[in-house]
Amino acid sequence: MSYAANLALVLPELVLSLGAIALMMVSAWGGPQSTRSVSIASVFVLAGAIVALAARGAGGGDAFAGLYRADAFADFAKVLIFIGSAVAIVIAPGFFRRTAGDDLRPEYPVLILLSSAGMGLMVSAVDTMTLYVGLELQSLAAYVLASFMRRDTRSAEAGLKYFVLGALASGILLYGISLVYGFSGTTSFDGIADAYRTDGRSLGLVFGMVFVLAGVAFKIAAVPFHMWTPDVYEGSPTPVTAFFASAPKVAAMALFVRVAVEAMGPATEAWRQIVIFSALASIVLGAVAAIGQSNVKRLLAYSSINNVGFALIGLAAGTREGVASVLGYMAIYIVMTLGSFLVVLRMRDEAGQPVEAIGSLSGLSRTQPGLALAMATFMFSLAGIPPLFGFYAKFAVFDAAVRAGLFPLAVIGIVSSVIGAYYYLRVVKTMYFDEPAAGYAKSGDRVEGALLVIAAVIVSPLGYLSIPALSAWTGAAARSLL
Amino acid sequence: MSGPILSLMIAIPAVAALACLFLSAETARRVALGATLVNLALGVVLWAGFEIGGARWQFVENYALFGRFGWALGIDGFALLLIMLSVFLMPICIGASWRSVTQRVPEYMAAFLATEMLMIGTFAAQDLFLFYIFFEAGLIPMYLIIGIWGGVNRIYASYKFFLYTLLGSVVMLIAMLYMAAQAGTSSIPALMAYDFPPHVQTWLWLAFFASFAVKMPMWPVHTWLPDAHVQAPTAGSVILAGVLLKLGGYGFLRFSLPMFPEASAQLAWLIFALSAVAVVYTSLVALVQADMKKLIAYSSVAHMAIVTIGLFAFNRQGIEGAMIVMLSHGLVSGALFLCVGVIYDRLHTREIARYGGLSSIMPRYAVFFLLFTMASIGLPGTSGFVGEFLSLMGTYQLSTWTALVCTTGIILGAAYALYLYRRIAFGPVKSDEVRGMSDLSTRELWLLAPVAAVVMWMGVYPESFLAPMRGDVAALLRRVDRATPPNDSNPTAGRKVATPTHVASGEAHR
Repeated sequence: MSYAANLALVLPELVLSLGAIALMMVSAWGGPQSTRSVSIASVFVLAGAIVALAARGAGGGDAFAGLYRADAFADFAKVLIFIGSAVAIVIAPGFFRRTAGDDLRPEYPVLILLSSAGMGLMVSAVDTMTLYVGLELQSLAAYVLASFMRRDTRSAEAGLKYFVLGALASGILLYGISLVYGFSGTTSFDGIADAYRTDGRSLGLVFGMVFVLAGVAFKIAAVPFHMWTPDVYEGSPTPVTAFFASAPKVAAMALFVRVAVEAMGPATEAWRQIVIFSALASIVLGAVAAIGQSNVKRLLAYSSINNVGFALIGLAAGTREGVASVLGYMAIYIVMTLGSFLVVLRMRDEAGQPVEAIGSLSGLSRTQPGLALAMATFMFSLAGIPPLFGFYAKFAVFDAAVRAGLFPLAVIGIVSSVIGAYYYLRVVKTMYFDEPAAGYAKSGDRVEGALLVIAAVIVSPLGYLSIPALSAWTGAAARSLL
Repeated sequence: MSGPILSLMIAIPAVAALACLFLSAETARRVALGATLVNLALGVVLWAGFEIGGARWQFVENYALFGRFGWALGIDGFALLLIMLSVFLMPICIGASWRSVTQRVPEYMAAFLATEMLMIGTFAAQDLFLFYIFFEAGLIPMYLIIGIWGGVNRIYASYKFFLYTLLGSVVMLIAMLYMAAQAGTSSIPALMAYDFPPHVQTWLWLAFFASFAVKMPMWPVHTWLPDAHVQAPTAGSVILAGVLLKLGGYGFLRFSLPMFPEASAQLAWLIFALSAVAVVYTSLVALVQADMKKLIAYSSVAHMAIVTIGLFAFNRQGIEGAMIVMLSHGLVSGALFLCVGVIYDRLHTREIARYGGLSSIMPRYAVFFLLFTMASIGLPGTSGFVGEFLSLMGTYQLSTWTALVCTTGIILGAAYALYLYRRIAFGPVKSDEVRGMSDLSTRELWLLAPVAAVVMWMGVYPESFLAPMRGDVAALLRRVDRATPPNDSNPTAGRKVATPTHVASGEAHR
């Protein structure tokens, strides 16, 4: 395969990397006043990456001798990732402009571009080496982003915590990779799958699998590797939190699915137990621990843990429908979660300082009815109550689990979702039933407002009309894997 | 009759609900009343166009909009009658809230219109998942109605209502997913003809039972109902008692019986036992209530138990009786809640002891209240009698013991209802506050009179309501016939007069 053909396959990541390097130069020489232009250019770079994906069309293949694979599965995840990253760039200026302390700097969009390039590699990786490089590129950029507000001690704490625990998880992952390599003699996913097929009971391979999955579980914040999430979500600047909850989540989940299905597919029976435990533990812990929270960002952190648990139910099925349902879940989930964070961005007192207490939402339905309606939509949707679109996400994963015969998992999972409904209801109750508190300052940001409306419309019952397209797309993505 | 009339009946309240959010209080009231009246008119068109003895499913619409499931609507006689009940009660609810709701009127009207849309959708849905979506979505507006416009303890009641019913329903979703995967279709008419293996039926039946028993509500999972009723605003109670409770009975009728006949027969004892306990227990509880709404709420549980025994009687009388009890209870308990609302608006208390002697202060009110009290007891000539009589007669053919225990409910029902009426309407006037209460206003008269007329109509000429469902009852019976349990009293046919065949058979034995 010629270099040109290889490079054509990795075009999206190429666009992102070159764009990031060029813009880094611009920001190094341009200084803080170049922030606006760099941000705008970054969004165009991300759009260019999506165009590059679309330009390749349905074709695909392996690049660089089986290190990287361009297929429908990776394409689907990448589109979600790039859109999530673009939103994180778009919502940042408004946040930093109105928050006293640190200003937005041009490094912010550049770091997000680098992180996106890493995520692109993650979801396309068919070799443990590419997997690790992609994961680290994404993570290193994310550690810096978490502590982007240098003068805010919470932000610094979030960055440090994320870094230390992330490094630990990387170590676990790398250890697992080395075990798998040692016992299978290859780093390629296909080769690893062959090793599991011939000798699935090998102790080294099973140990390797456990360590690899533990490392990836850290990245998706599944129980029992979730403990960093609430602190990091709370401490990071809100646009960064929105970013963490969307794009990296999709990337890590897609990576999890690819590793489980492609590299360890023959050992499905073995990893299914791990995934089932993690799914149920995430659902229950995400629901129970959220009940006592009074900070809305921590609440959303537990909500993300809870939702990852549901997505894992689809993976536990281990079937084509299961993989498709996980992708569909993540697509709907990032819309709901980005929408919720857009509402959080609007929570500011009259002085312009961000407010994060759930109590401050009291009576929002009377001070800002539109905002309250949007938040209520996202909350009911995250809880999976029909007729909102979040219900369909849960519907698809439970359907996959039922078709795979995992009845106890489905029943326990769905019954636990009622516990989760309680705290989402609590937010709605605060907004609709309680007496109004001091209202929030009106935000005049048109772009944010437009994004909020788009998210609310997608999550509303109108979203159901997109099911045929969504299932065709996720189905194609799943077929490229199984 | 053609045209997407069912879709239209769902679309009108939906559009009106959205519009209400952007309107002023006064306009929102008018828009809501207008939309519900248009829906009532469409309901009349629907009934007029419904061909009795025609196709089983009429007004069918089917668009594969959502990939894995579709926008499939259609009604049979059962659904027609329950849709009529919904569209009939809805304008009355709006009228009942005309003056008593002053806070956040646009949102209130939007919530009610959303409820109407979802109820019609639930009854008309012909796709399993479309049904589930409408069925569950109804929780959201009702949660808001109880929580925003409810009484003092409204927040507790709204949580309890939401989480209780949600917990009941989610397991049903898993059962539905299994059924759709097994049968390869999510169409309700197709599933009604699909035979699941009996051991699977038991599990599926229990999953559906969890949902419908809570919705119904059956003893011992009825405890959300008194809380929700007491805290909800008057119109909220009307719609809760009038229509939302019927979703449980409709679910048994549409899903449990035709889809799982063997399991229904096998577990009928469970229904009978719980219902018998409910009738006696909740009637006794109703007897000692000091709060009017709570009393009516407990009486609802008792009446719903009469519905469930009728449904699981596996014969024509039982099922028809159960349907009539559902319709009758929808009207009567709705009207009783309206009656409570009328005096609550004047004195702002639901405590029975604060009232007394209203028959002399509010004679017109006392007449209506008496009529509905009698209908609740089941006096012949009112709708309550027809339903309860048929239902108990049907039950007697299957289980004499259940019929015996449940018939005591009629006596106990008379006890608590008459006791309530005596304390409210008769006796001395207790205070000047009560003395100062004005009789029914024209608006209130217009709310109660139509209900009273229909209650009498159903009591005197029930054929109008029995005719549309006759064919559907027959179809249901054909479906469950193979599983019908035997009669517990083992009746034997009367001995024939001796004939020559006696000799012949005697010879055959020799």
